[in-house]
Amino acid sequence: MIEAEALTRKFGDLVAVDQVTFSVKEGEIFGFLGPNGAGKTTTVRMLCCLISKTSGTARIADYEVGNRADSPRIRKMIGLVPDNVGLYEGMSAYDNLDFYGKLYDLTESQRRESNEYFLKMLGLWEKRGAPAGTFSKGMKQKLAVARALIHDPQVLFLDEPTANLDPESAKTVRDFVLELRKEKKTIFLNTHNLDEAQRICDRIAILNAKLVAIGTAEELERTVRGRRTVIQLTGVSDTVVKTLERLPLRNLNCVDGRVTFDVSDPERENPPVVRTIVEAGGEIQTVTVQGSTLEEAYLKLVRKQD
Amino acid sequence: MAIRHRKSILYTLVGFPLAISFLFSYIVGYIFSAAPTTKLSDIEGLLDSFAFWFVIIAAILPSPIASYSIVGEKVEKSLEPLLATPATDGEILLGKCIASFFPTILATYASAVIYMASTDSSLYSRAGGLYYPNSEIVVILFLLAPLTALLSIEMNVITSARVTDVRSASQLGSVLFAPFIGLYLAGEIGVIALDAISLLAMSAIFAVLAVGMFFMSVRTFQREEILTKWK
Repeated sequence: MIEAEALTRKFGDLVAVDQVTFSVKEGEIFGFLGPNGAGKTTTVRMLCCLISKTSGTARIADYEVGNRADSPRIRKMIGLVPDNVGLYEGMSAYDNLDFYGKLYDLTESQRRESNEYFLKMLGLWEKRGAPAGTFSKGMKQKLAVARALIHDPQVLFLDEPTANLDPESAKTVRDFVLELRKEKKTIFLNTHNLDEAQRICDRIAILNAKLVAIGTAEELERTVRGRRTVIQLTGVSDTVVKTLERLPLRNLNCVDGRVTFDVSDPERENPPVVRTIVEAGGEIQTVTVQGSTLEEAYLKLVRKQD
Repeated sequence: MAIRHRKSILYTLVGFPLAISFLFSYIVGYIFSAAPTTKLSDIEGLLDSFAFWFVIIAAILPSPIASYSIVGEKVEKSLEPLLATPATDGEILLGKCIASFFPTILATYASAVIYMASTDSSLYSRAGGLYYPNSEIVVILFLLAPLTALLSIEMNVITSARVTDVRSASQLGSVLFAPFIGLYLAGEIGVIALDAISLLAMSAIFAVLAVGMFFMSVRTFQREEILTKWK
């Protein structure tokens, strides 16, 4: 649905987005993680045809980003929730949606139906007549999401949708995004909330002007340190330690009845180790596999790139 | 929208044209009460000048609305989602023009009606009938004032899209009607006549300028610059 190849944007000497290549499948929730100034918003703006690219190519469905004739078609099939929601504060929630419905050429009955559906869905129906300026941040964010969806776009770009929201409002927005996945909408989520990315994104790309890494949250965690098996024994005898030391285990550590070592494929590598311990007379209480967290992976990847 | 939520704009839109129409009607009434022998022909030049003020009103009134139109989007940070819709630059700018045009014309016509009615009541016995509406004011109200309003709006929209804060937009907007004051002064000192023929010729020039400036405003409307340079 979205494809970018060597997408680059420069502002004078500053390379905001540097040769970024990725693709997003239809119906996928794709997270774009990165520190402030990493080029996330610039990428979204390029994909939404709001600013031009310096070089590279990008496509949304069958349309080419940067092609003058394709730009209106792309804008018609996308919805954008920018980091600053940018509602018309003096207008009511209903009128905000209605105004955008008109911009997308929706008929009056379509607008009425969509406005009611989204306002009810996001719990704003009772407040439909109140000026958007009187809304809390969470309500504004929800209204901005509704505004971006009013024309039933195939692709939704969300730029930091839960930033500055209280936990409850953030959850409402996240749950709504997950609902959209069921409707097969493609969602491009800019965020620096790692927990959020891990919870709702099918795949995550880490950006720091250049694309640092891309994959599922699990894959990203593995790229940094791989995983570590932790075997808890009732006690570690010298026999068990000596037997284990004969095995080709990476970073083996035996302390206080706890045996740990690095694994890359635990399903294949753990059984012979367990068998060896048992045969050496060890008594196993638990076997667990720990990974590095996405946060660790993110920090390591971003710092490595810096 | 900007009008409803910015009281200063509302006051300008209502207060200024009303003040002008009451002031001019009062001056006409005062002349005849202070100098009862004054003939209508003695003040016809003055009445033409007063009528031309509705052109100036049409130039001044849209300024606060139009200059706020683009910069106001910046204040509310509402331009980015708007630009992400399929609306073209021309449609966005046309919308801005229409939003400023109709309140301006409405206020100009309302003040003109008040001025004409009260002036006619002072002049009725001397003119032997209604002095207004005459050919000059018809040209002014139905051609020159709307075209002037359009020109003023376009000039304000162009400058509003180039500046980055409301103060600069207001300051620029407040000097943009100077050319129209210049035309008024040219009429006053006799460089141009403010009769119906001259006003028609002026209207034709303004019409060409208005069309040209609309295309210019579309060409100079740089989405990218607005999004990347506005802070």
